[in-house]
Amino acid sequence: MQKTVAEINEKIKSGKAVVFTAEEIISVVEEKGVKKAFEEVDVVTTGTFGPMCSSGMFINFGHSNPPIRMNKVTLNDVPAYAGVAAVDAYIGATEMSERLGMQYGGAHVIEDFIKGKDIVLSAESYGTDCYPRKDIKTTINKNNVNQAYLFNPRNCYQNYAAATNSTDKIMYTYMGTLLPEFGNVTYSTSGELSPLLNDPEYRTIGIGTRVFIGGTQGYVAWEGTQHDPDQERLENGVPVGGAGTLALIGDAKKMSSRYIRAAIYEKYGVSMFVGVGIPIPILDEDMLMKTAVRNRDIQTVLVDKSGRENLNIKVNYEQLRSGFVEIRGNKVHTVPLSSIKFAREIASELKRQVQQGEFLLTQPVEMFNKKGHRLNKLEDREI
Amino acid sequence: MKTIKVSLHYSLNSITTPVVSNLIRKFNVEVNILHANISLNKIGTLIADITGEEKDIQDALAYIEKQDGIRYKVFNNKLIWQEEDCVHCGACTAVCPSNALTMNKDTWCLEFSKEKCLVCGLCTKACPLNVMSLQA
Repeated sequence: MQKTVAEINEKIKSGKAVVFTAEEIISVVEEKGVKKAFEEVDVVTTGTFGPMCSSGMFINFGHSNPPIRMNKVTLNDVPAYAGVAAVDAYIGATEMSERLGMQYGGAHVIEDFIKGKDIVLSAESYGTDCYPRKDIKTTINKNNVNQAYLFNPRNCYQNYAAATNSTDKIMYTYMGTLLPEFGNVTYSTSGELSPLLNDPEYRTIGIGTRVFIGGTQGYVAWEGTQHDPDQERLENGVPVGGAGTLALIGDAKKMSSRYIRAAIYEKYGVSMFVGVGIPIPILDEDMLMKTAVRNRDIQTVLVDKSGRENLNIKVNYEQLRSGFVEIRGNKVHTVPLSSIKFAREIASELKRQVQQGEFLLTQPVEMFNKKGHRLNKLEDREI
Repeated sequence: MKTIKVSLHYSLNSITTPVVSNLIRKFNVEVNILHANISLNKIGTLIADITGEEKDIQDALAYIEKQDGIRYKVFNNKLIWQEEDCVHCGACTAVCPSNALTMNKDTWCLEFSKEKCLVCGLCTKACPLNVMSLQA
């Protein structure tokens, strides 16, 4: 038996859809068995809330009088990319303040913008016949600009290597503070709640999929950068380490600062917590089984961030979440970097929205490539 | 009665003095060792809560000051956790040396134990959201 997205949407519209979060579905399948659970369940909701550096926001400021063709733009002293049309710019999450360095960055501008605060816009130009003005300094906020949408080239990494440090010095990384001599292990996914770990073979998530992003509804725009579906996989289809990624888009004006939070990693730089949730239509028994994946069924590799040692250790998320893993006979403290609490909150909120008919599911316009492009490396090539 | 938190820094070869034992016997104070990193022929650190009458504590500190090769520092700060702005990611637990900051394995909320906190301040830098700070 099969269900279609259209049939599931009819049930959602009539308020009769049966929805569970990706954590709840595990015991539902255990108790009822796959066959019975499939007959009853329509949708499983996922969630993740982790630091995602590859994020940013396009803004159109509107035209001033006289008009300016902005070619150098800062927002609260953080440079934004203005090499697009006259009053368009892209503020990247990891860009740092010219004045405060990594104490304040693009992610802070985005969070302040979402909160509705005034942002100081400063722009310069060389002046043209059609855009004579050479500079402007003013304030903008989400009520007086035109479009403002997050366009995140890479979110929702399907899985991610856990990090440790073999050297005798502390390392400050985007994977948090790594203590010397394998002093700790950090990891960053929401495991059995994570969107792409519940649809490991991209059967329901593709281009055009509607998603919860930053508290509003957005879409999957494309495969994310570094999308790598050919990653080694377990029998259940789950990749061991980084694999699929999503490029996401959503209206920043409608987002909530609860689910978009600027982050600073000591001596590394700025990043941004992005809250994402994706509902998965339970089209068949296989899809149900995929969403019933448990932390113990998801493995990742352990990587020495100094690059000195090839540890060749695989761990599963049940072990990582237990608080300790073993490295060469020693118990090492494990540390999450992605908020499980907020991931749960997002999956539950999405469940409520689907149950109440506020969130309809989508059939992707196009599915992702499932094979055939391993990651390229950047070589030093002769010029 | 009051409690102060102190760190004792031992220079090389100074650990042969039984300081903690003397504090307890001579000055009638209670010493609760929170963290100790002490080995022969190495510099060492000891962090402890000292509880007692005001005068006894002052006498105890004066005694430590007289010891060759041992310095002390009283922690005047306390750690402030702005819980309402915390996203409970767990990054601070990577650096907390005394397990004062831990993740609850059911709720995945951060939990803070004031008693275990050494007020070292490492978490204030490791927190990506800046919700940890030291206050005098």
